[in-house]
Amino acid sequence: MNWNQILSKKVNDIPRSGIREFFDLVIGSKDIISLGVGEPDFVTPWNIREAAIFSLEKGHTSYTSNMGLETLRNAVADYVGNFFGIAYNPVDEILPTVGVSEAIDLALRALLNPGDEVLYHEPCYVSYSPSIVLADGIACPVETSIDDLFSLNPAKLEAAITPRTKVLMINFPTNPTGSIAPLETLKEIAAICIKHNLIVITDEIYSELRYDGIAHTSIAALPGMKERTLLLHGFSKAFAMTGFRLGYACGPKELIDMMCKIHSYAMICPTITSQEAGIEALINGTPAMLEMRDSYHMRRDYLVKQLNNMGLDCHLPGGAFYTFPSVKRFGMSSAEFALGLLKDARVAAVPGTAFGTSGEGYLRCCYATSFNQLEKASELMARYCDKLDKNQS
Amino acid sequence: MNTENLLKLLKEDARLSDEQLANRLGATVSDVEAARKKFEQDGRIIGYQTITNDDNESRVAAFIEVRCTPERGGGFNKIATRIARFDEVKSCYLISGGYDLLILMESRTLPAVARFVSEKLSSLDGVISTSTHFRLKTYKKDGLLTECENNIERLIITP
Repeated sequence: MNWNQILSKKVNDIPRSGIREFFDLVIGSKDIISLGVGEPDFVTPWNIREAAIFSLEKGHTSYTSNMGLETLRNAVADYVGNFFGIAYNPVDEILPTVGVSEAIDLALRALLNPGDEVLYHEPCYVSYSPSIVLADGIACPVETSIDDLFSLNPAKLEAAITPRTKVLMINFPTNPTGSIAPLETLKEIAAICIKHNLIVITDEIYSELRYDGIAHTSIAALPGMKERTLLLHGFSKAFAMTGFRLGYACGPKELIDMMCKIHSYAMICPTITSQEAGIEALINGTPAMLEMRDSYHMRRDYLVKQLNNMGLDCHLPGGAFYTFPSVKRFGMSSAEFALGLLKDARVAAVPGTAFGTSGEGYLRCCYATSFNQLEKASELMARYCDKLDKNQS
Repeated sequence: MNTENLLKLLKEDARLSDEQLANRLGATVSDVEAARKKFEQDGRIIGYQTITNDDNESRVAAFIEVRCTPERGGGFNKIATRIARFDEVKSCYLISGGYDLLILMESRTLPAVARFVSEKLSSLDGVISTSTHFRLKTYKKDGLLTECENNIERLIITP
């Protein structure tokens, strides 16, 4: 059979994820210290796991409503109200999803008509561009740079807007750069979105993991923004629940209703086990989450110092659990550097280009790994950098 | 330097050197040493020990509930301190509820525990009664599970 003729051209034309390509190189390698993960190194706190077990013990193994459990939506409304200071109606403004990833897909499919343009800041999470394309939209990255500490520059944003621009996607703190949007910047972005009548999708998955001591503000909380913003959040990062695959969308009921229509045909609901675990996380998970955050904070400070000490320029990221050091001074591409690091030093880190072309010259190093591993990785990376320096001189 | 973070790191792993601690905290070695010594002097750090799984060491351990008579002026302190000084006593707490002191004691053999309770403990002036419970198996000690869980290894690269 000629599969090239059979398979969807649209899907076929989407490039494979840069992360997946690098993963294929790493797979099977032994004794690798990995700074390449995008998930917490903590196991889900026991009280949350225990809630999942209890859910199964009670025999809760059925579908739930497409809108998820009412108790979960109520808990989400309370949590979002407390943390973000935004009131959403749990009846029709909150939709539990299978991770933020599903919510992004639903939102884009519910919003876009063919040819609609979606802006997003890059480097960014790997799924944004493909999700836009799969929803028949046009992916329009706005490059961010070290000059703005990888935050979104409002002037660059406004310059990228065209009559076809419908949606802006943002993610602060950002995967892979750890950048945050200062409040003033966020206000400027909000003003631009109102001026140009843009819908905003804000991926808040790292919101709790901020280390700058400043209370996190979502763009949805700014005046005039709630009505045009879809706030996406989940349990994976802050509560170390990646494997539970649970997230939620909060936004205008018309959009939530349309997303739920797709969700009801494509997914039905997140597993009831995860939903009941999620309720426990929202109600009783904060102390453990704060412990984890403090631990990441210490490790961020450590890794950033080590990277700068070995001559890899690295800004102090305000959140998430990633550092984004520059490898430009070696005159190598991100991929070449990462490959050499893997082969020579047995340390895995992800080339910045996996997150968009503007990630060229950078490396994503995750510090959600034990201090002992970070110490070993730092030593091996420093040795690798020394070797490159000697080869150059 | 955040000294509470220093304490947190030491509680997780007391074998870390001052140099490692300094690196992890972004502080100088002399700052770490000074802060650690201050904790010791203030009595917040009272020692550095290895946590072993005693189930493998064929020692007998018992939790002993002790009811005793408080003294005018000193309450339970005098009798509690007197009991705590015995080498066999590993932990000693004044607690609320149906009895006054909870003691964790360890000894080589069961007769040695019995001897300690009957000859040393019960015979003390002020001790009204004791109730001894032997440890059968340890599941968790000082915050650590005694049997390692098989963690699923994370993928090396994820988005």
